[in-house]
Amino acid sequence: MVSLQVRQVYFSYLNGLVLHNIDLFIKAGEMVGLLGPNGSGKTTLIKLASGILKPKEGEIRLDGSSLSQLSRKSIARSVAVVPQQFHIPFAFTVNEVVTLGRIPFLKALAGESKVDRQFVVNALELVGISELKERRFDELSGGERQKVILAMALAQQPKLLLLDEPIVHLDITHQIEILELIRRLNVEQGLTVIAAMHDLNLASLYFERLILLKEGRVSADGTPAQVLTEARIKEVFSASVRVEPHQITGVPHIIVMPKERITKRE
Amino acid sequence: MFIKLRRSNRLVLILLLLGGGVIASSFLANAFGVVNIPLPDILKMSLNKITAFDFPSTWRAVDETIIFQIRLPRVIGGALVGAALATAGVLFQGLLRNPMADPYIIGTSAGAALGATIAMMLPINLVFLGFGLVPMAAFGGALATVILVYNLARVGGKTPIISMLLAGFVVSALLAAVMMFMMSISDRLNLNLHSIYSFLMGHISVTSWGQLAVIAPLVIGGIIGARFFASHLNAFSLGEEGAAYLGIEVERDKIRILALGSLLTATAVSISGLVGFVGLVVPHAVRLSLGPDHRLLLPASALVGAAFLIIADLLARILLAPVEIPVGVITAIIGAPFFIYLLRRTRREYAF
Repeated sequence: MVSLQVRQVYFSYLNGLVLHNIDLFIKAGEMVGLLGPNGSGKTTLIKLASGILKPKEGEIRLDGSSLSQLSRKSIARSVAVVPQQFHIPFAFTVNEVVTLGRIPFLKALAGESKVDRQFVVNALELVGISELKERRFDELSGGERQKVILAMALAQQPKLLLLDEPIVHLDITHQIEILELIRRLNVEQGLTVIAAMHDLNLASLYFERLILLKEGRVSADGTPAQVLTEARIKEVFSASVRVEPHQITGVPHIIVMPKERITKRE
Repeated sequence: MFIKLRRSNRLVLILLLLGGGVIASSFLANAFGVVNIPLPDILKMSLNKITAFDFPSTWRAVDETIIFQIRLPRVIGGALVGAALATAGVLFQGLLRNPMADPYIIGTSAGAALGATIAMMLPINLVFLGFGLVPMAAFGGALATVILVYNLARVGGKTPIISMLLAGFVVSALLAAVMMFMMSISDRLNLNLHSIYSFLMGHISVTSWGQLAVIAPLVIGGIIGARFFASHLNAFSLGEEGAAYLGIEVERDKIRILALGSLLTATAVSISGLVGFVGLVVPHAVRLSLGPDHRLLLPASALVGAAFLIIADLLARILLAPVEIPVGVITAIIGAPFFIYLLRRTRREYAF
C-alpha cells in the first residue's frame, strides 16, 4: 500500500498550460475516480503520477519519496499503469504479454524465475483469463485484451494501480467485470487505485472518492454524493442532467436530459 | 515438439541446432568453388590446425592455401556480415515497431554508399588496420548519417520514433541524390561506376585475416551487447509509453539500441557493401517460426543470418563460376520467395 501526494503541481505541454496548481493527497488503500471533460487534464495527471511526465513546478511523492528521485525501474516495481489500449505489433501469446509485467524485476540476461512465473499464473487467475493463456493477444476481443493488460499490470505486483479510462471501449459486461475486479483488489489487497473515468454513473457506483477536473484545476473532490450534483455537472460538462439517488445503492444516479426529446414532448 | 521441453532447455536446443547449421554451412562453403575439396580433407586440415591432431596430408599443399587463405576468411566474413545485419534488423524492427524496418532504414545505407563513392573518387591510398579508404569511408558515412538523423529528429529532449523514420527517409533521399549526381558526372570525377555498382549490390570482400581480427570483435561484441537489451525490446513492443511503464528508461535505451544497431550495420557494410534482404527477412522468418520473444529472437537471428549469408555467398561464387554474382542479388532471390512462403503458411503472422 502506498500513498500519493501531489503538491502544487503545474504542468504544460509545448502549447499551453494543462494542469494548474493541483494539490491532492491520495491515502494508501484509497480507490479514487478522476472525472472531467475531454482535455481537462485527467490523462496528464495519470502520466504525472506514473512519473513518465515531470511537473514543471511542484512535486509528486510516492509514499514520501519524490518521483523525480526514483529510477523508472523502481517506480515500475510499485506503480502499474493500464492505458486505454495497447497496440502490440508482434504476435505475442497472452501468457507472453502478462509475463512482460515481470520485466521490472528481471536481472540482466536472466529469464523469469519460478517466483516470476507464479506471479504470472496468479495474475491470470485473478483476472479470470487462465484459459486464454496460449491464445494470441491480437486475436482477442477488446474486452479480453483489456483484461490481459490488467493482468500484466497485476503481474507487476503494484502497490498503486493507475488506469486511464480502462473501460472506455468495452461493452457493459466487460466494463462491470473490470470495475468489480479492481474494486475487489482494492478491498482485499489494499491496492491503491486511481482511475480516469468517463462514465459518471459507473464512477458513482464503484468509487468511494471522486476528483472532478475542469480546465486543469480541481473543481470538486469528495464522495460521489458531494461531487456529482446537478449544478456542478452543468457547470463542468455544460450538460443538463437530473441527479437522483440510485434505487438500490443510494449513490448519485445521473439521468441525461436529451434536449430534442424534451422539446418534442412539450 | 513432441516432448514438452522446459523453456530454457528449448532455447538452448534451438541455439545448438542453429549453431550446428552455421558450422555445416561453413564446411559446405569451404568445400565448393573453382576447385572442389573433399569434406573429410577439410575436416582433417582443420583438426590439424586447431588441435593436437596430426593427420597425414592426403591433399595438395595448394588446397590448404585455398582453404585457409582464401575461402575460410571469406566464409567467416560472410558469417559475420549475416549475423551483424540480422541482429541489427531485429534491433531496428523491435525498437521502431515497424515491419519494414531493416538495418538500413534510418540512413546507414545511403550514408555508407555516399561515403564509399567519395572515397573511390579521392586519389588517396590510405590503409589503416588492413582496411583501405573505401571500407573506412563506408563505415564512417553510415555512422555519421545515423547521428545526423537522430539529432534532426530530436525535439525537446525526446526523439520520437516517427520523426526518426521520417528524418531517416529524407536524409537518405538527399544523400542518394548527391551520390547519383556524382555518378552522372562520373567521367569528370574519375569514378569507376563498376565499383560503385558492386558496392551497391553487395559483395563480401575479405582480403586478410587481419581484417577479420578487426571486424570480428566489433560484430561479436555488438551481438553480445544486443542480448542485454532483449527484455527492453520486449517492453518496446508495447510502444515507448508502455515500455516506460515497465521500468525502461526509454530515451537512454533507445539511443543505446540505435547505437548498437548502427555500429553492427556500419561494420557489416564496410566489408560487404549493401547486402539487402538479410536484415529484413531473417528477423521476420525467425520471429514467425520461433515467436517474438527477443531473448530467443536475437541470438537465433544472428545464427540464421550467418548461415544464410554463408550459403548465399557460396551460391554467388559457384553458380556462374568463375564469374561471381553479387551476393545481394542472391539474398533477394532466395529471400523474397522464402519470405512469401512463410507469410502464407504460418499462423504467427502480424498485427501491425
